[in-house]
Amino acid sequence: MNLQFGEKYEQLRAEVRAFCAESWPLRGAEAKLDERAQAIAWRKRAIAAGFLHRTVPQAYGGAGAEPDVMADTVIRQELDRAGAPHVGSVQGTHMLVPTLLECGTEEQRREYILPTLTGEITWCQGYSEPGAGSDLASLRSRAELVGDEWVLNGQKIWTSQATEADMMFGLFRTEPDAAKPHAGISYLLIPMSTPGIDPRPLKMMQGGVDFCEVFFDGARIPARNIVGRRGEGWKVTKATLKHERMLIGDTTGTRMSFDALLALARAVQRDGRPALEHPVLRQRLAEIAGYVATQEWAVARMLTAFHQGRDMEVLSELLTTKLFGTNLQQMIAKLALELIPDQGLREPDPDEATMSLRGFTRGRWVSQYMFTLAYAIAGGASNVQRNIIGEIVLGLPRDQRPAR
Amino acid sequence: MDFSLSEEQELFQKTVRGFVAHECPPQTVRAIFDGKRAAVPALAQGLAEIGVAGLVIPERHGGAGLELLEAALVAEELGRGAVPVPFLGHTLATLALARGGSPAQQATWLPRLAAGDAHATVALAEDEGSWLPPAWRVEPANGRVTGRKHHVPEADGADLFVVGCRGGALALVEAGPEVRVTPEPSLDRGRPLATLDLDGAPAALLGGADAAHLVDAGSVLLAADAFGAAHQLVRATVEYLKTRQQFGQPLAQFQAVKHQLANMALEVDPTRGLWWYAAHAFDHAPAEASRAAALAKAHITERAQQVVRDAVEAHGGIGFTWECDVQIWFKRVMFDRLWLGAPELHRERFAAIEGW
Repeated sequence: MNLQFGEKYEQLRAEVRAFCAESWPLRGAEAKLDERAQAIAWRKRAIAAGFLHRTVPQAYGGAGAEPDVMADTVIRQELDRAGAPHVGSVQGTHMLVPTLLECGTEEQRREYILPTLTGEITWCQGYSEPGAGSDLASLRSRAELVGDEWVLNGQKIWTSQATEADMMFGLFRTEPDAAKPHAGISYLLIPMSTPGIDPRPLKMMQGGVDFCEVFFDGARIPARNIVGRRGEGWKVTKATLKHERMLIGDTTGTRMSFDALLALARAVQRDGRPALEHPVLRQRLAEIAGYVATQEWAVARMLTAFHQGRDMEVLSELLTTKLFGTNLQQMIAKLALELIPDQGLREPDPDEATMSLRGFTRGRWVSQYMFTLAYAIAGGASNVQRNIIGEIVLGLPRDQRPAR
Repeated sequence: MDFSLSEEQELFQKTVRGFVAHECPPQTVRAIFDGKRAAVPALAQGLAEIGVAGLVIPERHGGAGLELLEAALVAEELGRGAVPVPFLGHTLATLALARGGSPAQQATWLPRLAAGDAHATVALAEDEGSWLPPAWRVEPANGRVTGRKHHVPEADGADLFVVGCRGGALALVEAGPEVRVTPEPSLDRGRPLATLDLDGAPAALLGGADAAHLVDAGSVLLAADAFGAAHQLVRATVEYLKTRQQFGQPLAQFQAVKHQLANMALEVDPTRGLWWYAAHAFDHAPAEASRAAALAKAHITERAQQVVRDAVEAHGGIGFTWECDVQIWFKRVMFDRLWLGAPELHRERFAAIEGW
């Protein structure tokens, strides 16, 4: 056991730090660009320097580096420290890009990967439908090949950022006569500007707008915009779902929330002194601290195991990650509202109703109290996670699913 | 960064696991639990032979010269098997002696303790809830000590006691006529406790020892023990529910049961790194040691408590019987949670260290 990163990684850390000092914030004319353009300009430099999306092959604009979770961790720590805009459109960078690398055509990879990594092309995910949630394979939106175009009809729902995204990767039924529901689905790449696509924002319970329902009414896209073969879209999505789960289990989010909770406990008063000094609240905060530390050391163990190629030894930590993180974020948000009960009776202002783990205001805690419920729903609902833990970690019998 | 066990550590843990599986299967645990303690000395000697008795004793005194992490790995295995043999008290006492004993004290005692020829333990708690050094009142005077200590493990047959004293001092007291051991009606029959009455017993201060260290080490060992016990009980419950049939199918097939078991695994499985780190910090990051130990003890024993309660519930009626082994693991975890102070005490200790 050695918790130092060691000379090689400290050298890397110094290089990343020097790169950040020189590259962010942008200077001169670039500093006057809008937020998105600045982020794109910086990411191009970071990718070229080999500090962002470093494992993407050189042919598609990356550095072609070997996977190295330690290097990733050190780099991410430094980019976070510098406040650089390294997190882009995660649907694109963490879901679409790995999918294209595994299943895309050469042409698709060259067209989409680099602009997605820089943020020039942003993506939304068209999976869920009103009748297809956890049972995604029952989806009914159709794509019919007419000449050299797919004609899309149907409806998607819970589509985050559908109004802003340039593109959608989505699942559509292309073989309506397939024997099994999984077999008739294809994975398509859809420009959101295509006529016949109508994204309508849905107001979320906390008052903000993030996700949409998206209607398709005869929208036509080129036949070549399919990833993998016809009817094999289900297989194509498997890599994607895995990446989404990892994303939600990231520990920086819980650390940021917990630190914000501690700051809140210092700022609010109980019995004439900071809430942090109140014996009952200290107990409850320390209990949450136990979960936060558990998650951090579980991640350290997973990092080491992945680094050593011993993934199977941390299967339990890996498959409990999402549910653990969800429960923890909910615990943190619930306690926060006990510290500011009067605030909890106020509807959040519109600018506090958007989701962000940075800059917790009191109103934003009220949003977070509700938004943490989304963690239990998106990317594999908590009850589905419990099935996975039961079946894969504990070896319990699989659910007997009714015959279709 | 390498947050994993070394090959030697893995091999050692495997050896202990193998020993427990062969020498102390559940029927042996059960027999000892029911008062047939004849097997205990041979088990203790067997553990001593694979290096457990002298684990934290330096090699020059005949020990293995290992660290708290290795001791915690043993604790995990003993917890997993609910192994009812002396370990906790002996390990803490030898650690105190190895860290703070004079050369003469070490030369006299450590080789015998490492070989398993002598047994040592710790006497810490005083009146209700007085687990931590600031609450200790017993005080040596003129080389003798008088007072009462509660909840002393492994006291029966111990040759040497490390006694916690006022101000966090530690004193060595040998078994003798001025030391009276009275068994307590102990809930975890595998690890019976006793009350120690000291009536002017000769006492030698351990000059270089620090009671706070002992509390940290004990916290880590209890956390590891509770982890092992709870982890095992989740698996044992899974196996039982895969065989027990109701409504024409195994209970494990019902999603409500499955989700309960998944929640149990969720509480216990990810905590392994928490006690690993606390053990590592004890030896290699002293500034972090107390904070990490307090958090590991509070968190893991609390989580383990709920897991073993769920295990009884999931077993149904049989789980509530004396006959079923679940109660043995259940009480193992109760001990781990309460000995050295309940989670509340350690959460407050953590909060204070954090500067809250």
